[in-house]
This record gives sequence, C-alpha cells and structure tokens, in this order.
Amino acid sequence: MIATGQTLKSSEEIKGRSLWMDARRRLFHNRAALASMIILGLIAALAVLAPLLSPYAYDEVNYDLIACSPGWWPVEAACRAQGHVFGTDAVGRDLFVRVLFGARVSLAVGLVATLVSLVIGVLYGAIAGYLGGRIDGLMMRIVDVLYSLPFIFFVIILMVMFDRNFILLFVAIGAVEWLTMARIVRGQTLSIKQKEFIEAARAAGVGPLGIITRHVIPNVVGPVMVYVTLTVPGVILMESFLSFLGLGIQEPLTSWGVLISDGADQMETAPWLLLFPALFMAVTLFCFNFIGDGMRDALDPKDR
Amino acid sequence: MAALLEIRNLDVRFDTPDGEVHAVKNASLTIQEGECLGVVGESGSGKSQLFLAAFGLLAGNGRVTGKVLYRGEEILGASQKRLNGLRGGAVTMIFQDPLTSLTPHMRVGEQIIEALMLHRKMPRAEAKERAREMLDYVRIPESARRLKQYPHELSGGMRQRVMIAMATITGPDLIIADEPTTALDVTVQAQILEILRALKTDKKTAIALVSHDMGVIAGLADRVQVMARGEIVESGTADEIFYAPRHDYTRMLLAALPKADDTPPPATKVGPPLLEVEDLKVSFPISRGLFQKPLTLRAVDGVSFTLHQGETLGVVGESGCGKSTLARAVLQLLPKTAGTVVWLGRNLDAVAETDIRALREDLQIVFQDPLASLDPRMPIGVSIAEPLRALEPQLSRQEVREKVRAMMARVGLDPAWINRYPHELSGGQNQRVGLARAMIVGPRLLMCDEAVSALDVSIQAQIVALIGALQAETGLSLIFISHDLSVVRRLSHRVMVLYLGRVVELAPSTELYARPLHPYTRALLSAVLAPDPRAERARKRELLTGDLPSPLDPRAQLTFLKSRLGDPGYRPQLEQVAPGHFVAEHDQF
Repeated sequence: MIATGQTLKSSEEIKGRSLWMDARRRLFHNRAALASMIILGLIAALAVLAPLLSPYAYDEVNYDLIACSPGWWPVEAACRAQGHVFGTDAVGRDLFVRVLFGARVSLAVGLVATLVSLVIGVLYGAIAGYLGGRIDGLMMRIVDVLYSLPFIFFVIILMVMFDRNFILLFVAIGAVEWLTMARIVRGQTLSIKQKEFIEAARAAGVGPLGIITRHVIPNVVGPVMVYVTLTVPGVILMESFLSFLGLGIQEPLTSWGVLISDGADQMETAPWLLLFPALFMAVTLFCFNFIGDGMRDALDPKDR
Repeated sequence: MAALLEIRNLDVRFDTPDGEVHAVKNASLTIQEGECLGVVGESGSGKSQLFLAAFGLLAGNGRVTGKVLYRGEEILGASQKRLNGLRGGAVTMIFQDPLTSLTPHMRVGEQIIEALMLHRKMPRAEAKERAREMLDYVRIPESARRLKQYPHELSGGMRQRVMIAMATITGPDLIIADEPTTALDVTVQAQILEILRALKTDKKTAIALVSHDMGVIAGLADRVQVMARGEIVESGTADEIFYAPRHDYTRMLLAALPKADDTPPPATKVGPPLLEVEDLKVSFPISRGLFQKPLTLRAVDGVSFTLHQGETLGVVGESGCGKSTLARAVLQLLPKTAGTVVWLGRNLDAVAETDIRALREDLQIVFQDPLASLDPRMPIGVSIAEPLRALEPQLSRQEVREKVRAMMARVGLDPAWINRYPHELSGGQNQRVGLARAMIVGPRLLMCDEAVSALDVSIQAQIVALIGALQAETGLSLIFISHDLSVVRRLSHRVMVLYLGRVVELAPSTELYARPLHPYTRALLSAVLAPDPRAERARKRELLTGDLPSPLDPRAQLTFLKSRLGDPGYRPQLEQVAPGHFVAEHDQF
C-alpha cells in the first residue's frame, strides 16, 4: 500500500524533479551529446578569441607566402610557411585565422537565422494551431504556397534585386526556415489542445491567454528545442551552399562555405585549403546533430 | 506426465536509466493440461512481464533467469526458431488492447489465416473456411463479410473476438490472456468471458488468465496466484483464495472490492434543488468527405434530471452513451445543442462567457486519467493553486500557499510534496491532486467523470471513501459518472442509467439495484462480476447479444422497443412506475 503521508508532519518541502531537470540529467548522461557540447563550446570560444590567438589579421596579405603548406605538413610542398599552423591561401593570408573568422560568420548566420525562424514560426504556428478552423486553414495554405517556391531562384532574385549583402542572407534563409517551424509548432499545439489537462485548466476557470502561456507553450518548447538544434546545422550548410555558388559572403570577409569553395579550386596543389575549413564545418555539423539527437532522447525517452 | 507449463524461479530485471527494476522476483508456477490459472495483481505487480519473459518477448533492456518448461522442454533461452514455432501455434496470446495487437492495414481474414498457413501448413481455401467457422464460434455475426473488413471497421468487442479467434484457430494447448477484457465495456466483457469459458470446456484448452480484476478471475479460474510487487504472495485453488485467503495482501484486495451487497448510503435530508437539467441535447457533426452532407451524432439526446443539495447522482452507461459529454455540457465546457441548464434558479444560457468562468467556483470536475489531467511541466502545488489564481486573484501568494497546503493535507497528500511533479507520484496520489484542485475553491457541485476507473481496486476504495468524506464534511452535491454499477453504488443516492444518449432508467439506488426494470439495466447488473467463484460458476447471465449499436444508427434508440420500429424517429419516453422511479418504454422480453 502506498503511504499517503497523512501522518507526516514535515516542514521541509521536498524539491520536485521537474521534467526539465530529468531531461537535462539525461542529456548530460549522453556521452555523444556531452562531448559535442564541449567541442562546440571550444570552437565557439576559438572563433570569439581568434584575433588574440593569432599574430596575423584575417585580411593581411603576404605575397611571399602564396599557398604555402603548414610547416608540419607531412608531404613535400612547393613552399612551407613556418608559424602558420594551417598554412596560407592563394594571396598569402593565414588560413588558421581565416577559418576562425569563417566560424564567426557561419555560426552567426546559423544562430541568427534560426532565431528569426524560431520567433516567426512559433508565433505563427501557435496562433494557427490554437485558433483552428478557417483561420488555421488560411494560415497554413499560405505556408504551403511559400513552401512551393524554389529556394535557389528566390535567393538569386533577391541578390539581383537588392545587391549582394550580408543581412539579405539572414532574411533569405530565415524566410525559408520558419515555414517548417510553423508547421511543427502548429502540429504540437493541436495535439496539446486535445489533452485532458487543458480541459482541466478550462474547468478550473483559466482564460484562453492563461492556457496558451501557462500550458500550451511550456509543453511545446521541448520539440521546438530539438528542431532548433537540428535547424542550426541546416542553416550553416545552406549558407555554405550559397557561398559556394558565389551568392553569399563577400571578400575579404569569409565563411566556411567561401573557404571550402576556394579550397576546392586548389584541391590538388594545396589540399590543406580544403581540408581545414571542411574539417571544422563537418565537426560542427556533427556536434549539432548529436546534441539534437541527445535532446530528443532526453526530452522524450519513451520515443527512443 | 509433465505439466503443460512449468515456470521455476523466474527472475526478471530491467535496466533503466533510473537504475535496475526488479520486475519479477523468483516466481514459480505450473499450469496443467486444460486448466485455467488466474494470475491477479495490481498494476506494476509484474504479472504481465512474467509471461512475456517466459516466452522470450521481453523488452530489450530486460534480463531473465530461471527455468521455463513446456511439456518438460526448456524454452527459456531456446532458439528464436523454436520459440516462433511455439508461439502462435501451441501457445497463443491475447492482449489487452485489440486495436494495437491487430495490424491495421491487413484484412481481418488474412490475419487469421496467416497463423494457420504458417503453423499448420494449411492450403489457403481451407484456411479461409476454418477462419469463417472460427468467427462463428466466437459469435461474430455475418462472419463471411467480417473476414474482408479491416480492424478499424470493427468495434472493440468485435476486435477482441477476432483476437480470440486468432489465438484459438491453431488449436493451442495454452492461451495466455493478458487482461483480455479490461478495455471493454461490462456487457461485452461478460460475453468475452463466456467465450473463454466455452474454450476451456469444449476444447480443453489451458488458459493463463492475467487480470487485475478479482471478479474476472473468480468465474473462470481453477487455481489462482496472487502477485504483489513482483512476488507471488499466495497461490491456491480459486475457492481457497476467495473464501479463505491467508496472505494480508489477498485479504486487502478482496476487502477493497465493491460488494454486491454494499448498502447504498441512506438518502440524506435533501436540500433545495441545485441543478435542473431539462431536455439537454448535444450533437456533433460527423463530416463524410467533401460532397456528402455531414451526419449528426447525437451524443446526448434529451436528458433531464434534477440534483439537490448534498445529493449524489450516479450516472452509469457504457462507452459512447454520452455520459462524459453530458458532464461537459452541464459544466459549459462544451456547447449544447438544445435544452436548458438551470443552476440555483439561473438559466445558464443567459450568463455571459466571463460570468461562466466565475461560476466555476461552484462547479468543479475530477477527470478519469489522473496523470493526463495534470500539466506534466507543473509542480502539483501550482496545479492545485490554479483555480484559486484564476478565480480568486485577490489572494496573496502566501494565502494561496497556505490554502494549497491545507487542502493537500485534507486529501491525504504530504504538504511537503508541494513542489513535486505528477510523474513522481502514483496514480492514486495524482488523483488526490486532481481532487484537491477541484475542491480548493469550495465547489457546491463536484462532477466525477470516471474518477476512479483508471485506478487499482485498493486505491479505488480509498478515493471513493475520500470523496464520501469530503461530501459529508462540506455538504456538496456529486454527480458520479462511471461505467461500473458496483462503484457507483457505494456513493449514490439516485442512479441514472444512460443508453445511447438517453435515460433508460432513473431511480433511488436501493430501488434500482433491488428492482431493475429496464432490460438494459438488468443486463448491466447481470454483467457485474462478483468475487465469488461458486456464485459465478452457477450464475446464468442475462446477456445482451452483440455489441452496442452505433449511435449514428437512427433505429438504435429502439433496440429495446422493437414494436415501434415502424416509426424510426420515435424515442422511448420515460414513465414513472413508482415514486421517483422512472423507466423508459420497452418491450417485454
């Protein structure tokens, strides 16, 4: 029989284990996710501290060291650049510092565009899902129409119309990413709206606004967070894809996409130009995906 | 001769992220040919895991040790091939939820003959014929047509019959029936148990009947094992267990059961009418694609009743009878289609939406599923405080906290648990939280919508007692909704029986249980299982045949009044046969 605690007279209040605490504990117990968070933290720290770590500036040209391999490069190369850990590029700029500056841009694009899509998507999806009926139908048909626009044409047209610039990249990517977020949030809202505890809250006299803020949103946050961690790498990839096509970041500023694009051109003569940015990007994407995976498992252990 | 199945010292453990769970502890049992062994236990007692483990169906994180002998052959750790040959052939299983155990995209007939073709290497045409015979045997009408249907086209009771047909068709020695009737309505449950009984007597099939319900076990089992917390605490013949239980746990289980002779509480002095419901109707449109006119489902189809201060009205009916819809329409949680609801002389139609929210101080509800009705991300203290925050915003934080703590203590929860979360509590404790949330604003009417149906019997008894005590203390009125007549009996002064959205009988409870007049009420009462093996074996039941008709069928209302079928729009009218005893018109059977 379960003790009902009628006789217990303790003044100490037991601190409950909330679902969030449980999820965090499970996330930190997931080795892949934990390692990913540490690595990602290191990359982010390197990106922020880049100018302090290297004596070279990212746009400092040195015509004496054109496409030189790092000093430790195991294969014989045309020239070696001592002191440049990742070697130098076609105009003699230090690759290490450029990769870290690329990380700044790529991570910033990833985070900002995801944030934009998060705000628009959550609001749009929650409103559509909660109101339901015709309004929901209309709002989601708009999403369907936007979905069917070919993304690359959309970006090219934007670039041609407004000239290439950094901000436009956020807008273009954000404009596409929020659609999926809106759909996910709407679906979640619809299913939570059916739950008995929402009815219980209505029976308790809580108004619609209270229900959305106190019951719907906290219960939507879990799946949304998972989707966010999986969106960031998608956005980073998209940026690099646009940069690879020459639609993204402009010189001398750089991003991983631009560096990989440049490196691919000289893959045979100077492989390090491709190797290092590609390695950084791949590791970052892996980390985000592992974290996203770990978060999904942590938030919903039954669905494993 | 070796026993059909012998399990020796079976131990099952699960590795979970929260540590090891020891689900079955050193359990031993034997089943002889043609015998029915009942395994009883409350949720979490390990009764299902015991059989799943014995036949190699354990979840991936489970570990099992011990011996399982089938006709003397060790099958624990036997090859997949051998186990597959055994399962579905000589040993078959019936699970609780017939919808999830049938493959949704396959026709019922194909699923039944699959086992035959696999295990008996029977040619297709012959297998089909056998399948049809089998459906007749489990009393499925129009068996030839049913074979071509998909699982979702069948009702719950029909699906469970299909499962039994599948489990029987290969002519097994042993059927393991794991809570085979738990998800079904009481009248359907009685029919399914009849079929299992027939299997045992005609086909001499041994049955391992796993259930939490002592009543289900009583009628069928020859021997009974009682499980608690993974251990078999008592075993013996059915008569020994039911009439002379030795272990405290068995005694407690039996004592917690609602008894057939539970005297309903005397009708207390009845106060003025609180709630008057007049010809209430709620219907839902069922859309049928783009070009067809939507059908109308009349969930509640003209219900009238009056509830007085301090009185308990029991509402009984099977799934789909509209009892939950009725509750929600009375509480203004669902829009009604027609009729009036008058609360303390005030017609609620005339009350604005914002005032309805204020009315919730007086009208509260406790839901069926204790866990689902609490927000999983909120500490229970916040959940309990929610009505206070919404309805009495003038209270300070400190006052709210004091009230919550006092209410928690009143419903038997340790106030120190104020910051705990629903998933840390058991079902019974969560239901106490639900009750505290409903009671904290001091309602005058508490609606209990199947409030104890999801709980174990021992917890059920505690919660019913608590609700009774709260009523005695505060003088509130109760509407107690349940599918189970015996649970309703403990609290109700009057009982109303619903059938397809209409009242078929309404009477003071002493009167209703002693002298049920409507054939449907009689069938419901007859389907109640008593924890009394001798009485159950001897009993002749008044069984309804088949399942509940669809509420969409306009003629369904006349099921008990076939003489008026010529006039399909006719609704049976209530007649007063004794003071306060109303019965719907019906044919004499």
